[in-house]
Amino acid sequence: MSVLIFLDQADNNIKKSSFEAAGYGAAIAKQIGVAAEAIVLGTVNDDLTTLGQYGVTKVHTVKNDALNNVDAQVFTKIIADAATAIGATVIVFSNNFNGKAIAPRLSVRLKAGLVSGAVALPDTTSGFIVKKNVFSGKAFANVSINTAIKIISLNPNSFSVATTSAMAEVIEFATTITDAKVKVTSTDKVVGEVPLSEAEIVVSGGRGLKGPENWGLVTELAKLLGATTACSRPVADIGWRPHHEHVGQTGLAIAPNLYFAIGISGAIQHLAGVNRSKTIVVINKDSEAPFFKAADYGIVGDAFEVMPKIIDAVKKMKGIS
Amino acid sequence: MKILVCISKTPDTTAKIAFADNNTKFAADGVQWIINPYDEWYALVRAIELKEADAATAIHLVTVGLADTDPIIRKALALGGDEAIRINADSHDSYYIASQIASIAKEGNYDLVFTGKETIDYNGSSIGGMVAELLDLPYVSLATKFTLEGTNAIIIREIEGGEETCKVQLPVVVSCQKGMAEQRIPNMKGIMGARSKPLKVVEPAAMDTFTSIASFDLPPAKAGVKLVSADNPEELVRLLHEEAKVI
Ligand SMILES: Cc1cc2nc3c(=O)[nH]c(=O)nc-3n(C[C@H](O)[C@H](O)[C@H](O)COP(=O)(O)OP(=O)(O)OC[C@H]3O[C@@H](n4cnc5c(N)ncnc54)[C@H](O)[C@@H]3O)c2cc1C
Ligand SMILES: Nc1ncnc2c1ncn2[C@@H]1O[C@H](COP(=O)(O)O)[C@@H](O)[C@H]1O
Repeated sequence: MSVLIFLDQADNNIKKSSFEAAGYGAAIAKQIGVAAEAIVLGTVNDDLTTLGQYGVTKVHTVKNDALNNVDAQVFTKIIADAATAIGATVIVFSNNFNGKAIAPRLSVRLKAGLVSGAVALPDTTSGFIVKKNVFSGKAFANVSINTAIKIISLNPNSFSVATTSAMAEVIEFATTITDAKVKVTSTDKVVGEVPLSEAEIVVSGGRGLKGPENWGLVTELAKLLGATTACSRPVADIGWRPHHEHVGQTGLAIAPNLYFAIGISGAIQHLAGVNRSKTIVVINKDSEAPFFKAADYGIVGDAFEVMPKIIDAVKKMKGIS
Repeated sequence: MKILVCISKTPDTTAKIAFADNNTKFAADGVQWIINPYDEWYALVRAIELKEADAATAIHLVTVGLADTDPIIRKALALGGDEAIRINADSHDSYYIASQIASIAKEGNYDLVFTGKETIDYNGSSIGGMVAELLDLPYVSLATKFTLEGTNAIIIREIEGGEETCKVQLPVVVSCQKGMAEQRIPNMKGIMGARSKPLKVVEPAAMDTFTSIASFDLPPAKAGVKLVSADNPEELVRLLHEEAKVI
C-alpha cells in the first residue's frame, strides 16, 4: 500500500505546486503508515532523487516526449496503471489546471472518491475526512471519502512543506502510451513571470487607477517584489489589462502569501478569488471601501500619492536607490 | 449538431454564507438562486452562438436538482436552450451527478457536452472530467475559446502561465470559462417563449456516491485591519517586512 503523488511539470521542470503536493502526500503517507511514491510523466530536467527531501521514497517516471503535453485521457490511463501496480490507496494531485483535468477522470476510472481543493491533511481518526474550500473561499466543507481508494487534489499554497536531506529512488515505469485524441497545435506562455496561480506575491490594480497608462505603479512594485500582477474584473473587461490577470469569483482564485490591492473596492465577488491570501494589503482612498474589512494592512489614501512613496520605501529596504 | 449544456444552480454571488442543522447543511432560507455564472455566461451563451451560426443546431439543457431548480432552468431556456431535462435528485457528490448527466448524454448522442468551469458554491471543477470519462470521450478543461472546423473543434484552454490551442474531433466534453462568450440578458420574447419549451423531469437512475459532506465550517474572522497613515508608507513596508514577513 502507498500514497501516489502526481507531479506535474511545465517546460521540463516540476512545478512548485507539485513539490507542495509531494510534501502533503508524504505527510498523509506518514499519518496512515504507508510509503509515499510519486509519478512524473514526460521528460524533466530536475534531479528527481531530490524528491526524497519532501518524504517521497520512490519516483516512477515515464520518460517520453509525447507526455510533455497533458492529455487527460492518456494521463489517466498511465496514472491508473501505476496506482494499481503499486497498490495506491490515496492519490494526490495539485488542484491546478492539469490536476483539474486529470483527477476527475481518474476518480471515475478507479472508482475512487475525489475531493478537489483540499486545504488540510485528512482527518483519519475515524473514516477519511478532507477539509476543502467551498463557496469560493467563504467556507470549508469537511468531506468524507467513502471509497477504498481516495483522491485528493490540494489547493496551491495551502500546505507548508518541511524538507529533509533524504533521497528518493527513481524507477522507470513500464507502460503503454495511448494516442492523444486532443492534439495541441500551439502554446502561448507569458515568459519571465511566475504564473499567477503559483505566485507568492501578487500586486493587483482596480478601476481606482483610472486607466492603463497608470499601471506603472502596479508593475514597478511587482517587479521590485518579484511579484505577479493581477487586476479586478472591470479592468480586464475594459481591456486595460489582459484577461488572464482577472482574479475573483469568475476569474482565477489565488492564495498568495501577499496580495497587494490598489484602487480595488473589494466587492464580494472580487474577495471570493483572493480571500485565501495569507496577508492582504489594501490601498484605497475611501475609508469605507469594503476591502478594508478583509485586509490585514491598509492605507487610506490616494494611490497616485501613496504608491510612489511605497515604491521608494521598498527600494530603500532592498538597498536599491 | 446536438449540444448538451450542463446547468447548475448556485446561491447569488452576494448571498450570506451560513449553515444550519449543526453545521451540516447550507442555510438556504431567503437565499436568491442564480444559474451558476460559468454555465450561463460561457457554456450556454457559446452554445447559443453556435446555434446562431448554424440553425440546424439543437441545444439541450440538463440539470440534476429538485423542483426548486425549475426557475433556473426556465431562465436558461429563456436565454436560448431548446429543451431541458431535469433529473429529480439532490446531491453534492460529483460522481453521482456526473453519472446522472452521463446517462442522459449517452441516450442523446451529443456532438458536444459543455459544462461550466466549476460551481461557485461547491467548487468541484470535476463534473466535466467525470462525464468525459464515463462517456469515454476526450475532455478539454478550462476552455477560453471554442470554434468549429467541420467535425473538429479548435479550442484554446488555459494552462499555467498561458494558453494552449488544441484540435479535437467531435464528440468532446468541454468545461467553459471566461473568454468563451459574453454575458447576455434574456429578452421578453425569450422569456415568453421559454414557457412553452419542453422541460422534462426524469427520476434518477440508481448510481453510487463516493463522498458525503460531514460538516461545514466558516473561516476564523480576520483580526481587523492595521491602518498606516498615508504620510508614512515606510511604516507599511516595515510591517510587511518585519511583522508579516512577506516581503
Ligand atoms: C456574478 C458576478 C461575478 C463577478 N466576478 C468578479 C470577479 O471575478 N472579479 C472581480 O474583480 N469582480 C467581479 N465582479 C464585479 C464586482 O462586483 C465589482 O464590480 C468589481 O470587483 C469592482 O472592481 P473595482 O474594485 O476595480 O472597481 P470599483 O468598484 O469602481 O472600485 C474602485 C475603487 O478604487 C478606489 N479609488 C478610486 N480612486 C482612487 C485613488 N486615486 N486611489 C486609491 N483608491 C482609489 C475607490 O474608492 C473604489 O473603492 C462580479 C460581479 C458579479 C455580479
Ligand atoms: N447538479 C448539476 N446539474 C447539472 N450540471 C451540473 C450540476 N453540478 C455541476 N454541474 C456542471 O458541472 C460544472 C462543474 O461543476 P463542479 O464540478 O461541481 O464544480 C458546472 O459548471 C455545471 O456545468
